[in-house]
Formats: sequence, C-alpha cells, structure tokens
Amino acid sequence: MADNTKPSGQDFERNLDESDATVAQFSTGQRGFVGAVQHVLHANPTWVPVIVLAVSVGIFGLIAGDRFFSAFNLTLIMQQVSIIGILAAAQSLIVITAGIDLSVAAVMVLMSVISGKLAVELGVPAPLAILAGFAGGVGAGYLNGVLVTRIKLPPFIATLGTWNVFFALNLWLSGAQSIRGQDIDAEAPLLKIFGESIEIGSARLTYGAILMFVIFAALWYILNKTAWGRHVYMIGDDKEAAELAGIRTDRTLRQVYMLAGFICALAAWASIGRVGSISPQSFYEGNLESITAVVIGGISLFGGRGSIMGALFGALIVGVFQSGLRLAGVDVLWQVFAIGWLIILAVAVDQWIRKVSA
Amino acid sequence: MNHTLKAILMGGVAAGIVGAAAGGMMAGTAHADAHGDITACLITKTDTNPFFVKMREGATEAAEAEGITLQTYAGAIDGDVESQVAAVETCIAAGASGILITPSDSRALAPVISQARDAGLLVIALDTPFEPADVADATFATDNFRAGELIGMWAAATIDDPANARIATLDLNPSEVSVDYLRNQGFLTGFGIEVNDPTDIGDEDDERIVGSDVTNGNEEGGRTAMENLLQIDPGINVVYTINEPAAAGAYEALNAFGLADQVTIVSVDGGCPGVEDVSNGIIGATSMQFPLLMASLGIEAIVQFAEDGTLPANTEGLDFFNTGVTLVTDQPVEGIESISSEEALGLCWG
Repeated sequence: MADNTKPSGQDFERNLDESDATVAQFSTGQRGFVGAVQHVLHANPTWVPVIVLAVSVGIFGLIAGDRFFSAFNLTLIMQQVSIIGILAAAQSLIVITAGIDLSVAAVMVLMSVISGKLAVELGVPAPLAILAGFAGGVGAGYLNGVLVTRIKLPPFIATLGTWNVFFALNLWLSGAQSIRGQDIDAEAPLLKIFGESIEIGSARLTYGAILMFVIFAALWYILNKTAWGRHVYMIGDDKEAAELAGIRTDRTLRQVYMLAGFICALAAWASIGRVGSISPQSFYEGNLESITAVVIGGISLFGGRGSIMGALFGALIVGVFQSGLRLAGVDVLWQVFAIGWLIILAVAVDQWIRKVSA
Repeated sequence: MNHTLKAILMGGVAAGIVGAAAGGMMAGTAHADAHGDITACLITKTDTNPFFVKMREGATEAAEAEGITLQTYAGAIDGDVESQVAAVETCIAAGASGILITPSDSRALAPVISQARDAGLLVIALDTPFEPADVADATFATDNFRAGELIGMWAAATIDDPANARIATLDLNPSEVSVDYLRNQGFLTGFGIEVNDPTDIGDEDDERIVGSDVTNGNEEGGRTAMENLLQIDPGINVVYTINEPAAAGAYEALNAFGLADQVTIVSVDGGCPGVEDVSNGIIGATSMQFPLLMASLGIEAIVQFAEDGTLPANTEGLDFFNTGVTLVTDQPVEGIESISSEEALGLCWG
C-alpha cells in the first residue's frame, strides 16, 4: 500500500464518519389510547374473549335477569357447551400448528358408537369398550397425521376426506340407529359417568363440564410449560424454521393429531353422558362449532398464535349468547345470525391486533 | 420420504376411494318373470336411515310379488341432490316405467323429474312431497298434520287440566320445512289451540304455550332444547317433539331436572326405539307412519301404470295419497283409535 492518506477505516468505510452515530432504537412516540389497547391485546390475545365473555354475561344478566344470571343457569351453560368445548380443545391443537381438523366431531361420534356397540350390544366389559374408543380415536388421529405429514395433503383436504370416511363408517356401524339410554343404563352405566354431577346449592356441575376444564388446564400446561408444547407453537409459526432449529416437525405433527384424536375419544365418552344415549345423527356440525369456538377465542387460523384457553372462552361465549338470547325470547334464527357476526368480529379483531407495530 | 411407503399409502387411499365410489353407485336389482319387461326405480335419500331401509324392504317385496325388476339407488347423506339426479337419469336411460323417490330437496330436483315425466315415466314422491306437489305425478306420504293432530287430541284427553297446560314444542330446525310445521300445527290443533298461520310455528297467541325450540331431530338437540325451555318455565307439563330421538333427549333433560314425572311427552314416527320408549312410559303416545306401505303401494301403482296408463289418485281432500298414520299408546283414550306398544312393536320400522 503506497497510499499516504490514512482513512479512519478501510476503503468501503470511507463515509462512516458522516453517518448518524446513534444506536438503532425503538420509537418512543406516544401510541395513543387505541394503539395502547392494540399493543396490550397483542401481548395478551386471550384478553379479547375474556372481555367479550364478561361483557356478554353482564348484558344478558341485565336483559334476561335472574333466570339467566343464576348459578343454575350458568352451570347449565357449561354443561351445554362441554362437548363442543372439548372438541374445541382438540381443534385448537391442530389450529396452533396452522392446520384445521374437519373430522373432530365425526371421530367423536364414531368412537361413541364403537364403545356403545361393544359394551351394550356385544357384551364387552365397559372399560374395554371405552379403551377401544380411545384406541380408535388415537388411530384416527394417526391417520390424519400421516395424510398430512407423509402424503403431504393440506390438513383441510386430509380431514375433509376423513370426516366423510368416519361419518360413513359411523352410519354403517350404527345403522343410523341410536342406542337407547335405558339400554346403556342396564348394560354399561360406566359409559354415562360424565353425565353425573356435583351439586352445590342450585349449581350443577356435571363431570363432563369438569372434564372440559381439566382438559384445557392440562393442555395449557403442556403447550406452555413443556418443550414439546413450545415446539408445537414453533411449527405453527414457521415450520421450516422449526425444522432448521432441529425439531422433528413431522413426528411432532403426527403426535399433535394423535393427541387431538385422543381428546376426541374423551369427548365421545363425555357425550354419551351428556346426550344420555348414543346418537349417530348428533353433532353433525360439531366440527364447524368447534372451529367457531377456536376462532372466537382468538386463536389465529394462520397458526402459532393464541392461547388454548381462548377456545374455552370461545365455547363459553357461544353458550352464553345462545342461552341469553333464548331466555330473552329471541327467535332461533337470530341466534344463528348473532353467532355469525361474532365470528366475523373475532377474526377482524385478530387481524387488527396482528397489525400492531412493535 | 420413503417412496415405497408413499406408494402403498396412496394405493390404499385410491382403492378406498374406488371402493366407496362403487358402493355409492351400487344399484340393487331384483328380478322375476310375471311382468318381466317392467322396471321400476326406488331412489331414497340415504340407504342407512332405518326409515329408508324399511322403504326399500317394502319395495323389494312388492316388486318380487309383482314379478317386476326393481333398481334401488340412494344418496350418500340427506341433502345429496347430485346422486339423486344421476339416479333419475340412469332410470330414464334404463327405460324404467316409473320412479319412486324421496327427494332430498323438494325444489332442486324438479327439472330432472320433468325430464323423466316427458320421457313417459310415472314419478311418485314418497314421504317428502315436491314443491309444488304436482312436480310429480303423485305423492304417497304420511298425513303429517293428522299425525300431529292425533297426539294433540290424546294429550288433551290425558292430562289433568288441559285448560292450564304448560306446553313446550320441540321442533326440527330454523328452516321450518313442511313436515316440521305440519306436525307442530297438527299437534296444537288437536290439543285445541288456535294456530293463526298454519305454516308458521310460534305465531300462536295462546298463553298455554311456553315456547318452542329446535332439535335437528336428534337426542342432543332434544336435550338442549328441553333444558332451554325449562329455564323459561320449569312448570312445563306437555312436551310435543318432532320425532322420537328428540323425545328421548327431552326425557334425559327432564330426568336430570327431576321433572320427568310431571310431564307428558308426545312424538311422531313409529321407529322401534320410539315404540320401546312408549312401552317404558318415556313417551306417552306417538303417531306411527308406514314407510313399507308407501313403497309397496308405489310399486303397485307403477305396475298399474305400465299396464294401462292409470294414474294413482289422491286421497279425498288432500293433495297426496295418504298412506295412513296410527296412534301408539299404552294409555288408550275413548274416541281416539290407537294400538298398544306391544302391537306396534310388530309394525315398527328400524
């Protein structure tokens, strides 16, 4: 180097001295009230459904009065949403991985029919019949998982297919005929255990409703406090990045589908207690109702965002609206109308929150 | 990716799909010689619902007795219009003399039914009328209004104080299709309630009606609807239900509320589980319909038409041929003809 000039750095750094020397920093400008709310909700997405739930309980309490705002009615709502709530727990798992499961309700009904056929009509001991239901549920989940990870079908298509397959199997096995509650009582009362309840004053909490809360609590723990749970979120957020980070994404995905299938089998057992009989025609739209609960609960359909607890609140919000509107004497079709707007509103709020600027 | 495994899985899926498709398209045939040249078609909504299974049984027996060829088709689920359209087209192409059909959609099938009639086929709607009913040559169905009226009359004659009854109606779904309002309004009329618009559920002014809710005709819906109405008035003592599964669900709710003893439940259908519920005292009375008869009468009408072109006539005063309805109860009431649950078990379907 024969050059005598002595720049402060190498050649390509020649202009460095002229540049702004302050370190990159976050904007300190005021966000304003709306911006602040948006920011808080972005950090705590579950607050939206919690607020909606609290406000709707308050409003319906005012409109429909004591009939609505009684311990009896509030626990009745929990009982009524328990099955869709449990399905929504399974659905949330799949949605968090950026998937969707259209087969949840069909798996549930099929497993209740299998347990019922075995225990009530073929005389298999009830615990074994229930175990068969669990095995079937996990197997159904495994099938979905294989279709998604090995055959690389989009979850929507894979589960659209298995929904129809499971529904047809259900009709074939059951002959579209219900198994009567009286026959279940006589042959295998264990199948109806989740219909039993604990009564405290006028409140009546069924085991099925308690099961729903336990499932959500357990899933919340698994998703937030275990490595496996964090992997599930990562896969939903960015599957390739998760893969590069060393997560065995396909294997984890299959496990997620199997866990969802297991929860569907739990829902099957609980549904027998709730409905009182085994009805192959019930819950035909249970898959859409579970998605409704998940969406209203603020879990993002794009995956990786939202708390499992949101789905619980989502299911309760739907129950509160249905009960409140009915007690206020509103025609059924307006309940359908209201739920429709709730869904649109929930997703719109989610989109708005996602736009938050850090 | 393991290619062999992928191939095997894909193969399995493909085989499953082909098998399912073949099953869906499968057409049963029954043969004999007396009228060997006559072919009739039976197209039901599904082939799994016991109601339609019984219907097919009736048609098959009648076809064998008449010695004609019967082809049977069904959609995959209720509402599967495409399969039914395809089935009608197949029947036209097969040169059938007539078609018996339970339309999955009362309106959507009208164009293809016109094609069939233009091609000279006799078309008879079974159980579910077309809208308008004259899309088909004839309708063989249950008089659903009468079915409701019978259980309404029975309930009014059975409970202690009909003038102060507390009535809940558990209906089908928000669309209020004809079978839904006919049974509901028939029940209320039979009970002695003025119904205002006979095609509208819930427009009545009578104070005795606590309310109505929808059940989708299944147990789960029946239970939830009953719970909701009990929340409005726990004093309900008469419950009308659209069908027996809904009634079973309503009973579960009443039982859980400890109110089963105060309530009389009535229903419509005559399925075997429903008849058993009558004999157990869960359902007070139910109106039984006769799918087997609809189909066998339909086959006879097609044979008649093929031989001399005679069209089936409607029952007097109705725009369809009434295949009858019978009250089933173990607490008979004077002046209302009924059969016991024991007799009904021999006649029930499913």
